[in-house]
Amino acid sequence: MTTLTDPAKGAFRPSMLLYDTRYRSLTLQAIAAIVLALCLMYLYSNLADNLRAAGLNISFGFLADTAGYDINQTLIEYDSQSSNLRAAMVGIINTLLVAFLACITATIFGVLAGVLRLSPNWLVRKLMAFYVEIFRNIPVLIWIIIIFTIMTAVLPAPSAFRGDEPTSSMLFDLAAFTNRGIYIPGPYFTRGFGVEGDGGLNWLLVIAVLIGSLIATRAVTASANAKQEETGVRPKTLWINLAIWFVPIIVVLFALGLQWDIPALRGFNFGGGIQIGGPLIALWFALSIYTGAFIAENVRAGILAVSSGQTEAAAALGLRPRRVMSLVVLPQALRVIVPPLISQYLNITKNSSLAIAVGYADITATLGGITLNQTGRAIECVLLLMLFYLIISLLISAFMNVYNNTMKLKER
Amino acid sequence: MSDTHAESIPFVRETTIPQAAPPAAERGVYKWGRENLFATPGNALLTLLAIYVIYLVLSATLPWLLNGVWNAGSLSECREILAGTRGGCFAVLVDRWEQLFFGFKYPSDQLWRPTLTLVLFFVAVAPVLFFDLPRKLLAFTAVFPFLAYWLIWGGPILVPVMALIGVAVGYVVYSRLVTKSFAGGFFGGIAAAVVVWFLGGYVIDATTGPSAMLRSVPSRDLGGYMLNFMLGVTCVSLSVPIGIALALGRQSSMPLIKWLSVIFIEFIRGVPLITLLFVASVMLAYFFPPNSTVDLFLRVVIMITMFSSAYIAEVIRGGLAALPKGQYEAADSLGLDYAQAMRLIILPQALKISIPGIVNIAVGLFKDTTLVSVISMFDLVGMIRGPILASTDWNGVYWELLGFAALLFFVVCYGISQYSQWLERRLATDHR
Repeated sequence: MTTLTDPAKGAFRPSMLLYDTRYRSLTLQAIAAIVLALCLMYLYSNLADNLRAAGLNISFGFLADTAGYDINQTLIEYDSQSSNLRAAMVGIINTLLVAFLACITATIFGVLAGVLRLSPNWLVRKLMAFYVEIFRNIPVLIWIIIIFTIMTAVLPAPSAFRGDEPTSSMLFDLAAFTNRGIYIPGPYFTRGFGVEGDGGLNWLLVIAVLIGSLIATRAVTASANAKQEETGVRPKTLWINLAIWFVPIIVVLFALGLQWDIPALRGFNFGGGIQIGGPLIALWFALSIYTGAFIAENVRAGILAVSSGQTEAAAALGLRPRRVMSLVVLPQALRVIVPPLISQYLNITKNSSLAIAVGYADITATLGGITLNQTGRAIECVLLLMLFYLIISLLISAFMNVYNNTMKLKER
Repeated sequence: MSDTHAESIPFVRETTIPQAAPPAAERGVYKWGRENLFATPGNALLTLLAIYVIYLVLSATLPWLLNGVWNAGSLSECREILAGTRGGCFAVLVDRWEQLFFGFKYPSDQLWRPTLTLVLFFVAVAPVLFFDLPRKLLAFTAVFPFLAYWLIWGGPILVPVMALIGVAVGYVVYSRLVTKSFAGGFFGGIAAAVVVWFLGGYVIDATTGPSAMLRSVPSRDLGGYMLNFMLGVTCVSLSVPIGIALALGRQSSMPLIKWLSVIFIEFIRGVPLITLLFVASVMLAYFFPPNSTVDLFLRVVIMITMFSSAYIAEVIRGGLAALPKGQYEAADSLGLDYAQAMRLIILPQALKISIPGIVNIAVGLFKDTTLVSVISMFDLVGMIRGPILASTDWNGVYWELLGFAALLFFVVCYGISQYSQWLERRLATDHR
């Protein structure tokens, strides 16, 4: 009878570094670390040599210097005497603005097109397939330029609205579409907390009221649910909810004296109201329809992923079609739709950097464009630019991870 | 039967009635239309709306397309010919086709070179795309990159020849050594190729004289759609192997390798391509040795390749993750080492799963090559927005040019995605 024993543990031999799997990975990692360190040292020494030869250094002091250029569309106070850092802030806010707007409209376009692609109507189905294929297969840069060209070359100049027989007229006398941008009525308050300024406190109040209404309606729904559990009869909540939504906000708006500032021709251009610049519209609309085509495919895939057995089972339980959709199909489809949807949002944010092609002052155009060219601080500007986008991406993917974890099928 | 009941039943039919045609409402176009277009009032409304949209689009574009002018020297001439009627001025495409396809600086007597390269490209890529073609054609695919380099850039033929010899020697060494160990073959092959290139450098320096059979064309003279095409093809083909390496690195059990791959992939995926192009245009030069001139084309290729390899790595990682664990365990139990398991068992299956994803990335990347116009390279979009629209003759011909650019990209991208779907069906070996 033989017994198997472990082979005697020999002393450590150098050859084991290569042939023993216990040590081999250590050897390989050590080699990789050395190669990496050598590469980095080589690149760094090149960088140092080149910078010395060009008489440059790495410093972020330029951010505090005067920017010296104007930005046509700003949401925060800015003039050409502001610092480069301020210009970068304007850029960041503009990036976030266009990304936010485009995310909303792209979702609307995408969901519409995705649902219509599954419509029983042959013509609509084909039309939507056409939309998706056209927009997915042509670069977004070309779309941005095409829409920007429509904005600048097709829309009439403000002077066309002038005179006794103007060639163009305003839409319902409220909004003007010109090649310098779109002018829409802007709300303002005549009374309220804010002194004659921009009335920021008033807006805060309006938002607070809306949030309050949201909380109240949720409370109403929760109590209705509780009553339904208890008695089996669901109390009517529609009118209560409508009242909670509309009464407080209307009262507040009246109390603050809401007025609309209608744009009108002043001098050579329109004044008053809110001006939305051509570049912003071009970027916003192009990103929306381009990404909408991708979202449509995600939505379609998500709906198709819910097997028809689920719908039939829900119908067999006696649920009405609307409830089948909201209680059975949507919750399952959303689990498939939302993760790619969020990465499309990420794509929109990254693609908004194409603003530089149409002159919209986002972070790429201010920090990576004018500031970079004026100060010559290429390395610093590009690094800051990458850092900004990296932070945004990491935030969005962190959010996606949280969502995936909460929506994960709970398996026991 | 009929005999027994002959008295009680007055009439029994003894032949079958010939089949009647279905009612008019249940056949043909009428039925199809009723079911697919006008099933419900809402549906009918949608149909009418869709017809209206189609009418709007067609009424705007058809006269413009059909009434187009193809022969004119400038936009004002076009307008004279049109005399107020609607119509496109497609003469700009005829007048500037050279610039649109090849850029405005490529010597015009040498245009046969990129054209020939394109034709040869289709020959070279055919055996890769279609498995039914004879495998021997792959030899030409291997030679093609060097031939294409020589055809497009010109210059001394010794440079691509030496590069080719280096690769060939490396391949021979690899195939000799790989039977013993993959790592030995891989690194031996690379070392052999580097030695040959090093020696070849001396040979090229030593042979002076008129060895340039083709005129040398610098990279900055490349442009137009050719530039998009070259960037797309080069970067995608370079980034597939790098992407495979990164995906395997991310799955590796060695923490250093794993985290390096993760950081690289997540960093690249977190920033827009345009910032990487900024790196290529203003920053990358600082990292090369002083006094070396690495031209913009090469710098852009480096950055776009990094970009797409990170995305391809994620697609392949998805393929690796989709494989059942049993495949890895089966490879281990057969006694295969890591390299063998990957090459023979894992990667063939994982890559097959990843093909649609890789093709998607390739299409996206090809579209993204238009971004180089932002860093003032004159690709198709850069040519249109720069030299052509800025010229006095064609200032204001937006739709014809942009529409043409859109059409060129659509044809290629749609073609690739159709190919990908065909390939998916072709490779589907399960669910019969």
